[in-house]
Amino acid sequence: MYDSGKIITGLVIFLAIFTYPLWSNMGKAAPVPKPELPPKSVATQCVADTNYMRTSHMTLLNVWRDDVVRMGDRVYVSPNGKAYNMSLTNTCLECHSDKAKFCDQCHNYLAVAPFCWDCHQVPKPKEKK
Amino acid sequence: MGVDRRKFLKLAGVSAALGLGGATGFQLLRPGALDAAERMPTPYQMIFPKEQGNTEVMPNPKRLKGRRWGMVIDMRKLTPAKARAAIEACDYYHNVPQIPGKQNIKWIWTAPYINVFPETENPWADPEIKNAQFIVLCNHCNNPPCVRVCPTKATFQREDGIVMMDMHRCIGCRFCMAGCPYGSRSFNFRDPRPFIKKEYMDYPTRTKGVVEKCTFCAERLAVGKLPYCAEASGGAMVFGDVDDAGSELRQLLRKRYSIRRKPNLGTDPQVFYLV
Repeated sequence: MYDSGKIITGLVIFLAIFTYPLWSNMGKAAPVPKPELPPKSVATQCVADTNYMRTSHMTLLNVWRDDVVRMGDRVYVSPNGKAYNMSLTNTCLECHSDKAKFCDQCHNYLAVAPFCWDCHQVPKPKEKK
Repeated sequence: MGVDRRKFLKLAGVSAALGLGGATGFQLLRPGALDAAERMPTPYQMIFPKEQGNTEVMPNPKRLKGRRWGMVIDMRKLTPAKARAAIEACDYYHNVPQIPGKQNIKWIWTAPYINVFPETENPWADPEIKNAQFIVLCNHCNNPPCVRVCPTKATFQREDGIVMMDMHRCIGCRFCMAGCPYGSRSFNFRDPRPFIKKEYMDYPTRTKGVVEKCTFCAERLAVGKLPYCAEASGGAMVFGDVDDAGSELRQLLRKRYSIRRKPNLGTDPQVFYLV
């Protein structure tokens, strides 16, 4: 093999740089997010079951969006019979009043950046007394 | 070797019979097996597993009901102060930004007679009318050209005639702006948020790259209230059901002579001016 010294050194350097993101981040897993649920005094249940909301809230929001804007249906009756005004800012964020402690927790962990907030307003978190 | 003509015709006949008979055969043997597309579950059945229980969506029972919404603007009653009040109310409650220059966003604004009613030039017309500032907004046409040209159905006509915008679908192509003969639509060339003097928290802002316009306050009608401009104008702007012969709006139209903007274009605007 000609120039084996150079080639092998080159390969080692290449592999070292190429795998840098892997070994440099080893053992440094980001902590699992802990979204803060609204206190029991504000609400004890969401518009649907927690597991469902955890996995599929985006689907629900998309369906709500079409119902409100296109169909004009603005009232949602949840499985347990409670009626809600279908509104992100005025209903969801009414209970989940601090976006940074709720929405952003998982969104940042999963590196997703939904563009809801480009238009929909984020109410300022209420002062805790 | 090879296939002779007789064999080929036989084969072709059999395959044609199989091909044609396929769907029919299915229908005969297992009726309904191919009808899956017709039995698509509703969105809520799709997103909610059955054990969750039943959910329901409905319009707000308090909403205003109308078959065809429209507006009458009484130019005798509309003073500049009232026009300003209406515009300020709309701008504030809908987070309409004030951007200096050509990129401004307009939902409702004033314009002189010559621009509002072109092709009706008359050098000797009543100077009071000719010099008046007319209040203009989306005409919510019965035959809206903007809806026809929108490639994504982001703008659409509701059953009650309101020409709505679905900002979620708008791709910012601006065909609708080219289609609208009234200049009622504005494009967000930049993020509007820095240009909103005071944000109204209950209504969303818009984002860069979408077209926006007056919605006849669809969010207000949905909870049983009149549009902001009609409320703030002190009776100079009357909102109502054009299809209801007993409505205040129709009485005004019967009693007084009204004109509409560019009726020759065939868009059938639903905003009427009493002059």
